[in-house]
Amino acid sequence: MIGFAVRRIVMAFPTLLAISFVVFMVLHLAPGDPMAQLPMSVPPDVRQRLRDALGLDQPALVQYGKWLVQLFWVEPLVVIDGWTQNSALLGWLPDTHFSDGYQRVISWQSKAPAMQVIAQRLPQTLHVVGGAYVIGSLLALPIGFYAAYRQFGLFDRVSTFGTMLGLALPPFFTGPLMILIFSIWLGWVPAVYDTTLSVTGWDSLKAQLAQMVLPVLVLSVQTTAQISRYVRVAVLDQLRLDFVRTARAKGAGDLRVLTGHVLRNAMIPIVTVLALGVPSVFGGAIITENVFLVNGIGHLLVSALQASDLPLVLTLTFLFAVIIVSCNIVADVLYRMLDPRIADA
Amino acid sequence: MRSVIGGDMTRRMTGQGRFGAAVVTCVALLVLVGPVVWHADPAAPDIARANLRPVILALWDGGANTSWQHPLGTDQLGRDLLAQFMWGGRASLAVGMMAVLLALVLGTGIGVLAGINRRLDAPLMRLTDLFLSLPVLPLVLVAATLFRHPLRAALGPSGGVFLLIVGCIAITTWMPTARIVRGDVLALQERDFMRAARAMGAGPWRIIRRHILPNIASPILVSATLGLATAIITESALSFLGVGFPSDYPSWGRMMADAVQRMNLYPERVILPGLGISLTILGANALGDALRDRLEPRHKWI
Repeated sequence: MIGFAVRRIVMAFPTLLAISFVVFMVLHLAPGDPMAQLPMSVPPDVRQRLRDALGLDQPALVQYGKWLVQLFWVEPLVVIDGWTQNSALLGWLPDTHFSDGYQRVISWQSKAPAMQVIAQRLPQTLHVVGGAYVIGSLLALPIGFYAAYRQFGLFDRVSTFGTMLGLALPPFFTGPLMILIFSIWLGWVPAVYDTTLSVTGWDSLKAQLAQMVLPVLVLSVQTTAQISRYVRVAVLDQLRLDFVRTARAKGAGDLRVLTGHVLRNAMIPIVTVLALGVPSVFGGAIITENVFLVNGIGHLLVSALQASDLPLVLTLTFLFAVIIVSCNIVADVLYRMLDPRIADA
Repeated sequence: MRSVIGGDMTRRMTGQGRFGAAVVTCVALLVLVGPVVWHADPAAPDIARANLRPVILALWDGGANTSWQHPLGTDQLGRDLLAQFMWGGRASLAVGMMAVLLALVLGTGIGVLAGINRRLDAPLMRLTDLFLSLPVLPLVLVAATLFRHPLRAALGPSGGVFLLIVGCIAITTWMPTARIVRGDVLALQERDFMRAARAMGAGPWRIIRRHILPNIASPILVSATLGLATAIITESALSFLGVGFPSDYPSWGRMMADAVQRMNLYPERVILPGLGISLTILGANALGDALRDRLEPRHKWI
């Protein structure tokens, strides 16, 4: 199993390399001088250093290679330096200075390292996306399960229609709609995410939760709709099988059949789907964050695009690809762990 | 005559399928026939009658500023909202359908090629896998932003953006179709009529046209219906984020994006295009699900 996981991770590198090439080329083929968008107030020496950092005067392949080096060699070194210098766990080690003298990927907008900017924004996205995914999955499991248990019953019809409706309500419609209802008409929660709020006590915690409710709700509508459809189908697939009939024939009650036999087998595809569904939530977060002005990475991507901050856009898009590829690996490995029938290929 | 599409089309559709077909037909009729009946120009400003509200508000709010000349009201420049809604729907549906068509051509071509040519199979499927792990929304967002100005300059404001968005959506959504088509073509290769056709000396082009395409028509139809919803969502999302259609040639997504700023005063301007998008997606998904259950029960589609 560990061998399979390692093999899968090693196999992911060519994929990531290919994706990074595609992403880089899309950005590179876009016409226009990327420096033309810089404000006039940027001094010439900074301009030249930025050119050097990106290797803008060099051929595309050299630029691509340099970016790869910055991303896969310099950034890990920075992380190691950070561990040995500041972290509580490894701070006792002698301070390392591996990354000194290397040029990192610099965001043009903030003139700070792109990874540092992303690291500042990532927690907000993870809170909203993670909260939405957990809530959506927890809702979807019982809904899908009960709908399959009583197939064609009233609950099944209602929930099937509900999931169709949920899929038909994209976040850029539910977002404004919920702001309209809950913030403007009812005034229960704030409409715009206060990015300066820091949680220090009960009151600020309550405010933080209140401003997270709407974005999380909007994202979890989609998650619930998608996942409960999968859960329903997965459970229905199991209910048709012979071992269910055998269990019933032996006198096991509904509850025992469902929890003891069906649930365990149905969880195999469900867990896989849960892992595969994570990237689409991140995609939805791009829109949700822009509706509610949550300062996460989706908002960062759009504002970086508007400011033509190419290094940041490049790094962020690649980060989204890394999320997708790693979720695929997690799904594959989980599937193998849960279903021993799949032999090592 | 039995239809090529599985031969089952004459059988009764499920309630869900009929519901979906009815919704899609209604939306399509509204945006296609609507402008023929309702002549108002969606782009003609009329400052004297700006910011009118829908007439229905007069039922409970006597003071509402309404006029029968503009049944759904006007925007801040006095442009008729009903006309905008119908023309915006045309833009959204046109983008959706063109993108689906292009994605189907791409997906079917690659799927058939991978299915009938052993040597191309592995590389083409690796390519499909690669495209499946691309971050679609960020990448489309990037491409739509960066290629916007040159294409607009080359093909005009609406044509360039139309082509750009259709292309972006098609290039990022052909993969499921290619996989399904490849699987079906591989299965078809072993069938007797294919062997007979090959034995009689039919060329590859004739085999594709006469034997393969009619037999994979139903999965392609299902792909098309389900893909329409995805394409419309993507177009609206792009327009909503400001990289889709320009304000003077609005789609539903663009109308929403423009209206969100003043949502507290004029909620109908957000709700109306939103309803259009949601109804279309709901109808297309319901129809696609029903078609899939009817035509392709053996496939694991979801």
